[in-house]
Amino acid sequence: MIDLVLNGEQITVDVSPDMPILWVLRDILELTGTKYGCGLGVCGSCTVLLDGKPVRSCVVPVSTAQNKQLTSIEGVAGLNSNIQKAWEELNVPQCGYCQPGQVVSALALLNEKPDPSDKDIDDAMSGNICRCGTYVRIRKAIHLAASMENQSPNTEEL
Amino acid sequence: MKGLPVISRRYFIRNVSLFSGGLVLACDMSESGKAGENNADNTVFKPNLFVELHPNGQLILTASRSEMGQGVRTSLTSVIADEMNADWSRVMIKQAPGDDAYGNQNTDGSRSIRTIYEPMRKMGAMAKAMLIAAAAKRWNISVDLCGTEMHHVVRKDSSEKIFYGDLAIEAASMPVPENPKLKSPDEFIYIGKGLKGVDASDFVHGVSKYGLDIKIEGMVYACIQRCPVTFGTLTSYDDSETLKIPGVLSVKKIDRIEKPFGALGGAAVIANNSWAAIEGRKALKTIWENGENEGYSTSDYMKSLTVNVQKKAKLIKEEGNVSDAFKEADQIVEATYELPHLVHAPMEVPNATAQVLEDSCEVWAPVQAPQVTRQEISDFLGIDLEKVTVHVTFLGGGFGRKSKPDFVLEAVALSQLTGRPTQVIWTREDDIQHSYYHAISSQHLKSSLKNGSVSGWLHRSAYPSITSTFMPGVIHGAGFEFQQGMTNMPYEIKNTRFENGEAPAHVRIGWLRSVYNIIHGFSVNVFADELAIAAGKDPLEFRLAMIGSDRIYPSDNEYKLDTSKLKNVLKKAAKNANWGRNLPEGHGLGLAVHYSFYTYVASVVEVSVIEGQLKVHEIHTVVDCGTVVNRDTVMAQMEGAAIFGMSLTFYGDITVEKGIVQQSNYHDYQMVRIHQTPKIHIEIIESQDIPTGIGEPGVPVIAPAIVNAIFNATGKRYRNLPLKAFGLVK
Repeated sequence: MIDLVLNGEQITVDVSPDMPILWVLRDILELTGTKYGCGLGVCGSCTVLLDGKPVRSCVVPVSTAQNKQLTSIEGVAGLNSNIQKAWEELNVPQCGYCQPGQVVSALALLNEKPDPSDKDIDDAMSGNICRCGTYVRIRKAIHLAASMENQSPNTEEL
Repeated sequence: MKGLPVISRRYFIRNVSLFSGGLVLACDMSESGKAGENNADNTVFKPNLFVELHPNGQLILTASRSEMGQGVRTSLTSVIADEMNADWSRVMIKQAPGDDAYGNQNTDGSRSIRTIYEPMRKMGAMAKAMLIAAAAKRWNISVDLCGTEMHHVVRKDSSEKIFYGDLAIEAASMPVPENPKLKSPDEFIYIGKGLKGVDASDFVHGVSKYGLDIKIEGMVYACIQRCPVTFGTLTSYDDSETLKIPGVLSVKKIDRIEKPFGALGGAAVIANNSWAAIEGRKALKTIWENGENEGYSTSDYMKSLTVNVQKKAKLIKEEGNVSDAFKEADQIVEATYELPHLVHAPMEVPNATAQVLEDSCEVWAPVQAPQVTRQEISDFLGIDLEKVTVHVTFLGGGFGRKSKPDFVLEAVALSQLTGRPTQVIWTREDDIQHSYYHAISSQHLKSSLKNGSVSGWLHRSAYPSITSTFMPGVIHGAGFEFQQGMTNMPYEIKNTRFENGEAPAHVRIGWLRSVYNIIHGFSVNVFADELAIAAGKDPLEFRLAMIGSDRIYPSDNEYKLDTSKLKNVLKKAAKNANWGRNLPEGHGLGLAVHYSFYTYVASVVEVSVIEGQLKVHEIHTVVDCGTVVNRDTVMAQMEGAAIFGMSLTFYGDITVEKGIVQQSNYHDYQMVRIHQTPKIHIEIIESQDIPTGIGEPGVPVIAPAIVNAIFNATGKRYRNLPLKAFGLVK
């Protein structure tokens, strides 16, 4: 039994402790917003936050998340709704598959640097591949989100 | 997730009457048992398969093509909504399952808008005409006194209007117009504008269902060990360690299905979650009979391709006499270009979920070709097509990979074996190592220069043909492949000759975004640049002179290559990039122009090579794709194509040794990332000509423009890709 705090909610899952967080979210909890892309932690599709820090959930065992704040894409809007608003405003997604991971990485970035430079964006986002090639818009959307006032209710949770 | 939409015979007849003699958008389903007017909801107005208007005003529009990032669910349905003067905020999109009733659903060849723009307009116009007729009847006036405005029929002689929803029931009984009038372009409310993607919000909130997100009651997960060598067969396996892994249920052998899109076969680990299936497979021991492709080595194979293009090969086409031109030349230029296999690597790996019951089958899968998928399943199971339902999920990228439903056949075979709904999940390693690869190629070009212009042009190519996937043993390219930028090259040269060398296939060969335009676009654009340099001319001026006079090439369809349009995009891209300007030390500009999928694209790229490291700074692309349905989508496709093109230029390289693909994941089959992304500027040519392709044509220009820019910066000519092999990128 593993105790998790997932998107602010206390839950317990009965899984092998070495099962990666990705598969616990997707196959056990059926929260499919977090995506499988590589299984090696090199594409960023599966990015979630552990205590506010981005991790690749395909290579992190669920035991690591025990008693930590785990944030998946389903919990992002409650923390900072501007990111998704900006993504929609600029029509960032093409196929959309990598975008939950992109959005979660952006949340971690903006949490650390509320007004990031292009260099900050490069550093924080270069772990996330987008095969459709939406990078130009991702960059713009992060700047746009940074310029918006955060009106989300749960900012203190991060 | 229900089955096929209910379609009555009446709807069938309506559709056929609109398209008789042309594209058939409906099939007679009255005998399939699914029709039945009894089931029809009489309060809903369904003038055709694509439009469904409810009394509350909700308008459900059907998208018949697969959504894989090209925005097709938005663009196709916005065309219907535009003709209806419908309120976009009341529109909901429904995804069509695989069914011939919808016309061709193959989402490839950059042809969704191109081929069904007009039919979709008619679907909307038909609905609008019937709504107008219903309102006119209620008002007891002529239809000529009625118009439409934002989800209402309006009276021209008064301020009265009726909400579309209030007309749903009456409209359903109106006669079907034979030839509904279409709008003139100045009346468009959505076409040509930049409507936002209907699915964007769901995408960014993680709620859209891709194939991999499908969960069916009682389903199991399967991960298949396939032979590392293409078409090798399983001799035996030892699953003792596999079965010890918690969650693993069983191991099943599946046979190869010997069809173009058949399963490769192998040993499948069945488990109650994906991870257990993947871990179980790691523990599986397998022994294979590798078969005849065991000897395949891409390094040796490339050498043989190059030998084959450096000598006389099979004649494809000749005009004039290149031999004479070469004899009389002031100067001869020749070069050989070697390009590797590529793989699509969409972010969402191939996957499918299937449920086979006694005499029926239902699948949920990210497929670009749902009808082909349905047919293959029907053939495989030996059941009627009508008993097979193919639900099209979102595709997490396709790029041609998901046109080949081999992964769906695997899920079907396994559901049959397990007796349970089964989801087949490919790992990234599976995707990289068991794909339908873009062909490896070698090309040799030779030209004569006479009085400063090109007098002869010889282009020889050799690459395994896509045809080999359908007809094993084929050793030459096919006409449709030559027509992707080789035999239809748009340069005004009197003496031309095209030859194709032998190239048997040793892996499955398939189409990948822009297909053979990648290789031809590369060789022709780089060679043209080499000719300009050899002639001592500016590459832009020289290229415009090569294109030559304004002329329109004949063709057997409505699309004709117009050289004035080609020159126009090139000139505009050069102007936008400020061609000829002074550049900082180590910087260079390069250009490329290519016609593919009936669309004209030119790109001018600025690069720098400093301390041996390449950086792409700016890409200026200009595109002429005729009528634009969604400006923002066209921009997005061009932006994405630039990155796709950069990835293949920098990194794209599938190598094979002893029949085994050497790459396995994104660490050794790399992608361009955000920190390498240049500024990308797109200009779309205003046009009211028929719409042409947009998903692919942005790709072929990128690699040659980069290579030409590197030459401009450094004086070094790179004729082979990827550039990582030369240490230019990390």
